[in-house]
Amino acid sequence: MTETLSAAPPAPAAAVIDPATHPKVENPILRVEDLSLWYGEKKALNKISLDIPEKQITAFIGPSGCGKSTLLRCINRLNDLIDGVRVEGDIRFEDGSIYDPRLDINALRKRIGMVFQKSNPFPKSIYENAAYGCRIQGINKKRDLDDIVEKSLRGAALWDEVKDRLDESALGMSGGQQQRLCIARAIAVEPEVILLDEPCSALDPIATARVEELMQDLKTQYTQVIVTHNMQQASRVSDLTAFLYLGELIEYGPTEKIFINPMKKQTEDYITGRFG
Amino acid sequence: MTVASQPIPGVLAGSAARVSSLLGRPQGRTETVGKALTWLCGGALAFNLLLVAAILTLLAWNGMSYFWQRDLVEMDLKDGRKILGEVWEIEKVAKVKAVAGQPADTAEAAIDRIRMKIGNRDVGGLDFVWLDSKDVAARTRPAGAVLLERLEWGNFYGTMQELRSQGKVLASGPEAVWKAFSPLHARKIRELAQIHDLEKGKIGDVNYDIEKLRLAERKLELENLPAGERSRRKAAIDAEIAERQGVYDRLAARLTTLRERFSAETLVMRTATGETKEMPVGTVLHALRPNEMGTFSKLRVYAGRVGEFIWQDPRESNTEGGIFPAIFGTVMMVFLMSFAVAPLGVLAALYLREYAKQGFLVRLVRIAVNNLAGVPSIVFGMFGLGFFVYLLGGSIDRLFFPESLPTPTFGTGGIFWAALTLALLTVPVVIVAAEEGLAAVPRIVREGSLALGATKFETIRRVVVPAAAPGILTGMILAMARAAGEVAPLMIVGMVKLAPTLPLDGKPPFLHLERKFMHLGFHIYDLGFQSPNVEATTPLVFATALLLIVVVTLMNLVAIALRNHLRRKYAGSAV
Repeated sequence: MTETLSAAPPAPAAAVIDPATHPKVENPILRVEDLSLWYGEKKALNKISLDIPEKQITAFIGPSGCGKSTLLRCINRLNDLIDGVRVEGDIRFEDGSIYDPRLDINALRKRIGMVFQKSNPFPKSIYENAAYGCRIQGINKKRDLDDIVEKSLRGAALWDEVKDRLDESALGMSGGQQQRLCIARAIAVEPEVILLDEPCSALDPIATARVEELMQDLKTQYTQVIVTHNMQQASRVSDLTAFLYLGELIEYGPTEKIFINPMKKQTEDYITGRFG
Repeated sequence: MTVASQPIPGVLAGSAARVSSLLGRPQGRTETVGKALTWLCGGALAFNLLLVAAILTLLAWNGMSYFWQRDLVEMDLKDGRKILGEVWEIEKVAKVKAVAGQPADTAEAAIDRIRMKIGNRDVGGLDFVWLDSKDVAARTRPAGAVLLERLEWGNFYGTMQELRSQGKVLASGPEAVWKAFSPLHARKIRELAQIHDLEKGKIGDVNYDIEKLRLAERKLELENLPAGERSRRKAAIDAEIAERQGVYDRLAARLTTLRERFSAETLVMRTATGETKEMPVGTVLHALRPNEMGTFSKLRVYAGRVGEFIWQDPRESNTEGGIFPAIFGTVMMVFLMSFAVAPLGVLAALYLREYAKQGFLVRLVRIAVNNLAGVPSIVFGMFGLGFFVYLLGGSIDRLFFPESLPTPTFGTGGIFWAALTLALLTVPVVIVAAEEGLAAVPRIVREGSLALGATKFETIRRVVVPAAAPGILTGMILAMARAAGEVAPLMIVGMVKLAPTLPLDGKPPFLHLERKFMHLGFHIYDLGFQSPNVEATTPLVFATALLLIVVVTLMNLVAIALRNHLRRKYAGSAV
């Protein structure tokens, strides 16, 4: 407690870089710069800046309503679908702004995949779910699709369970399988970044463990950003952790540091369960 | 002991009260009201089910008993008359008012009145007769009594007397004639089929060709062509007409010989009163001796009659024969309507739900759509007549069929305009159901598609519409059920009492959208109220109504099967 108290007080001016929220990040693939977001009159994010490194797992934690999902959905611009959303600031993806008006938003979403809180397979067969993204991109040859479907289902550690029933409805699968199918669906189009919005919140511990294992396997190829309520999960899977509270980025840094030796008292209180 | 069993005042008393309230509390007011409400709801449901059952039973009993062959009864009346026929109904007449000049006892006693079908319209003029049971001296069921179902003049009841061939007597006496009749009759039925084929087939085709050539000639006159060209073409058409006319004359001659041969053999029948009637053997459809038939052969006759009712064309201004054209017209009209209403309703719902900015205007449109569903159907009929038939149809006629004018082609009621009118009538149902189906597709599923880089259109086409398909089909089922039962608007946009041809046949372009059509709903009305022989057709009203219900149910079952198939395919999907 005393350490956190003695830590640097909040920066008085924007010019001073706060070490609590600006760790040294190698190879950033995504740079969030002074991002603010309003839902109508309500401000949901306040001047958030953070760099997300390539091929690592970054976790956003924080209490409900802190803006972590909103921040995640800014990265593939899914917030655009909601009426009355206004954004200031910028997110740079490989040196281009994702808010560039010339940008093809569908092309962006092909490169930044997403897995949702509740598994949301399409009301189609397992095969068609995995092939969906490719069909959208105009790949319709049966041979190509077969390869892609198998590769992505293997990638999502689902192939052995479903290879004999690819033509059955995806809605007949278990919750864990559905969520892994959604991951397979996302990696089938070979994105660079995968956003995971509380992917395990509706899963039992065994299914959760399988998804977490899968995330570690995917780390070699994909940058992953995960939003989670579950602090153990954040500490288990992520390399960096950002703690958000009431739309502010409180602390951001390597996961061990956040969980073992946080710089801010608020962070410590949250991860030790004193509030939240 | 005593202490333990005695509750400690103030401490245990409360808990004991609570325990007893959980176990055996007397029923409070709320429970009584709840129970009564349950009974009320259950009772309401039971009453509804009872009503449906009553309707179906009534229709089935009245309709289906018509096809059962009753025994033929001969009544010997006290005044010496003899009446042969089927007993249709026995009515109790409580008291007959005393009329001056009548014996007093008739005014007192309750009497039975008997309604008999006596047929023989060509002899006696009336199909039915009422008798007082007190006038009947004797009832017999003569074994040799014969019922003839005929092409014309309805049934004949009597005994067979003679079989003649061009004036020569082939057989004489009831038994001999009955034996000789069957093989001869089978041959005559084949000849009748030949005549029918020739008339409807080859001669029909030739007439159709000639009519088309006449129209072509007329069109030629309307066109602006150089005189030489025109006369050359006209000569070509005339030559063709002459050729076809030659074919027609040959066919007509053949028809005449066929007809002559057909009516060569005649059957002489004797009525109960002793009059004789001679008729060509071929005009008899069926000859039965009901009094000698067992249950099994009566069942066979029954099945045959039901089959004829469903599959044959009507005869004798709809009082006899089948109702196939009406079934066909109903089904086809609903089919066409579905093809029109499905895209119209679904696209409108898609725009309202997926694209339009939700606000005052969209709310207004929704209210308007819902109100449209409440507009009386005859108003839609008037719109159909004014807009589709007169405006659109009239324009089409002027543009594409000027040679037929002043005879309208599309400028008069037809199955296409009827289908479109009903499509307008049912489109609100489809819009509302489709909108609900679309709304039930979770947002997260749409976002899943968008997050994969699909555009909004791709998302709607590949994910939202398939997921909403069962809901959309539910709307289609409702629309079809409504359309199949609608009669009023159709009466002014193309439905007729008797259509000479089906809207679908073997002559190009096969689907004749401009043709008028028959409809089960209108057929019911026609049989019940417009028929020249209402007494005979009343049972047919019930049978037709039953068939209408069966047809609607079958169409709905097909749609429901389709919906369930989709649901299984997307098991657990939104709707």
